[in-house]
Amino acid sequence: MSQGVAKVKKDKKITWKEIKRQKFLLIVSFLMVIYGIIFYYWPLTGWLMAFQNYKPKDGLLGSKFVGLAKFQFLFQDATFLRVIRNTFCMGVLNLVTSTIMAILFAILLNEIRATKPKKVIQTISYLPHFLSWIIVTGILHDALSSTGIINELLMKAGIIDRAIDFFAHPKYFWWIVAFANCWKETGWNAIIYLAAITSIDPCLYEAASIDGAGRWAKIKYITLPGIKPTIMILLLMNVGNVLNAGFEVQYLLGNGLIKSVSDTIDIYVLTWGISQNDFSLGTAAGIFKSAVSIALILVANFAAKRMGEERLF
Amino acid sequence: MKKKKTSLADKIFVVFNTLFMIAFVVITLYPVLNTLAISLNDGIDAVRGGIYLWPRMFTLNNYKTVLTKQNMLQGAYITVLRTIIGTLLSLVTNALLAFVVSRKRFMFKSQLSLFWVITMYVNGGMIPIFMLYRNLHLTGTFWVYVIPGTISAFNMLVLRTYMQGLPDSLEESAQLDGAGYWTIFIKIISPLCKPVYATVALFVAVYQWNSWFDAMLYNRMKGEYTTLQYELMKLLSSVMQQSGSAANASAAGASSAAVTPVTVRSAATIATMLPIICLYPFLQRYFVTGLTIGGVKE
Repeated sequence: MSQGVAKVKKDKKITWKEIKRQKFLLIVSFLMVIYGIIFYYWPLTGWLMAFQNYKPKDGLLGSKFVGLAKFQFLFQDATFLRVIRNTFCMGVLNLVTSTIMAILFAILLNEIRATKPKKVIQTISYLPHFLSWIIVTGILHDALSSTGIINELLMKAGIIDRAIDFFAHPKYFWWIVAFANCWKETGWNAIIYLAAITSIDPCLYEAASIDGAGRWAKIKYITLPGIKPTIMILLLMNVGNVLNAGFEVQYLLGNGLIKSVSDTIDIYVLTWGISQNDFSLGTAAGIFKSAVSIALILVANFAAKRMGEERLF
Repeated sequence: MKKKKTSLADKIFVVFNTLFMIAFVVITLYPVLNTLAISLNDGIDAVRGGIYLWPRMFTLNNYKTVLTKQNMLQGAYITVLRTIIGTLLSLVTNALLAFVVSRKRFMFKSQLSLFWVITMYVNGGMIPIFMLYRNLHLTGTFWVYVIPGTISAFNMLVLRTYMQGLPDSLEESAQLDGAGYWTIFIKIISPLCKPVYATVALFVAVYQWNSWFDAMLYNRMKGEYTTLQYELMKLLSSVMQQSGSAANASAAGASSAAVTPVTVRSAATIATMLPIICLYPFLQRYFVTGLTIGGVKE
């Protein structure tokens, strides 16, 4: 405490003169804080609902408290356990595949010497990022339908003799989602890796060439180690998002036949909270998701610290 | 300098790399070009299949159908409106906030930063947020698209990082000339921040243009406020699945589940993506710099 006070004194004294000087800054901050409290912090009070049997007519203060009953219900609900598994598995699969694809693409694009084709390929690679999930899933659905291009190619190649209905079998779904993510975001995610590659000291490559290193060797011993800190930072940032990666695609591509693998926590919240009007249960599921996300970030950060890698905070 | 002989391994590498890039480009572009070809083809003829990159019976009728669909036009109007208003609002507020937070002398700069960074990691979740908007009477209005989420910590941090990189002497000399903070923001900092403003505007505009979930969640009952993407979803999912969540949602929105011809759906898809596709190649340098400062620094 005293340390904090001392620090304030040293840095900048809060005097009336200073307050007057910074009037504009203070007014803007004040308005922004009010906005932040309303739209970001106030909804947190809604978390109370998770511990209540919330009835809209009784309101947040009048509803009966039921303790952890809603959470108990959640963890006895086989559907909820399944949606946790789905969300987690798809999140991890997406994270791993999209990271690998982005790094691979960035490294290989960097190896193209001709500037013009490089530029063109890069521009094309961003395109899918700008399309909405509605469009991407629509396109994917057409491509994977029984008369779609994928089935046609597979049949022409003689790999299958009857069209596969990709959206009727649970075993394909997670991979379809992972592919959709890679298709949409590879070029976009590669931007940061490309920037990291560009910042590697060119002398290293020259020295390696003189020592007779080929392209493979240069990638393995210079490029990859050079972008390792970036890879770690991005993985760390995205670990906390693993559970967030499960909504739009699954919602748009899922159907009754593959519900058991396509439903995620967010879809569960939507179904219970908005459609069934059980606000308490929906909120409880949402809290669980937030708690796990924060735990994941902290664990990843701790692990990175232990391994002596870059970390977020 | 003597040109080095390329080794066999390097030659194999180049061949492999070229093949990879060709495959990448084909996989990325084919679905879009195929959709374009189908959208320019006659509807009945398209059912026979076998259209790849070129229409077999050329027609513009599908686009005529799309452009006369009342709900698509209504959706396009709302989407354009939310993209413009939302982007402007978001840019102004985030820039102001970033300006305040990046002033070295500002007494609460670290507390204010922390206040916003926390919002990146903790949020109330779908249900409490839904209830908040309902209590504020934002649901069922246009404003639910632009007022919540106007200030976002991520965009603010991108702007802040850029502003922190500007020399302090600019601010100091302006203050000596008697300029207040408002003048410094408008006359000195903002003109220098044009590139990063463009970056953030692009991020927000793309988000606004592609949004559909908020339209479904908050304005499903208000036909006059649904967005282009949501209308597209209803159109696409009318044939997507017999059962399933997407179809359920569409059934709630469109009572008549009339199957739209594949060519009309393709035309609607192309029409919806066209504005962004035409714009983004020219804005490349902006989002590349924006992502790099936003991603690596913070």
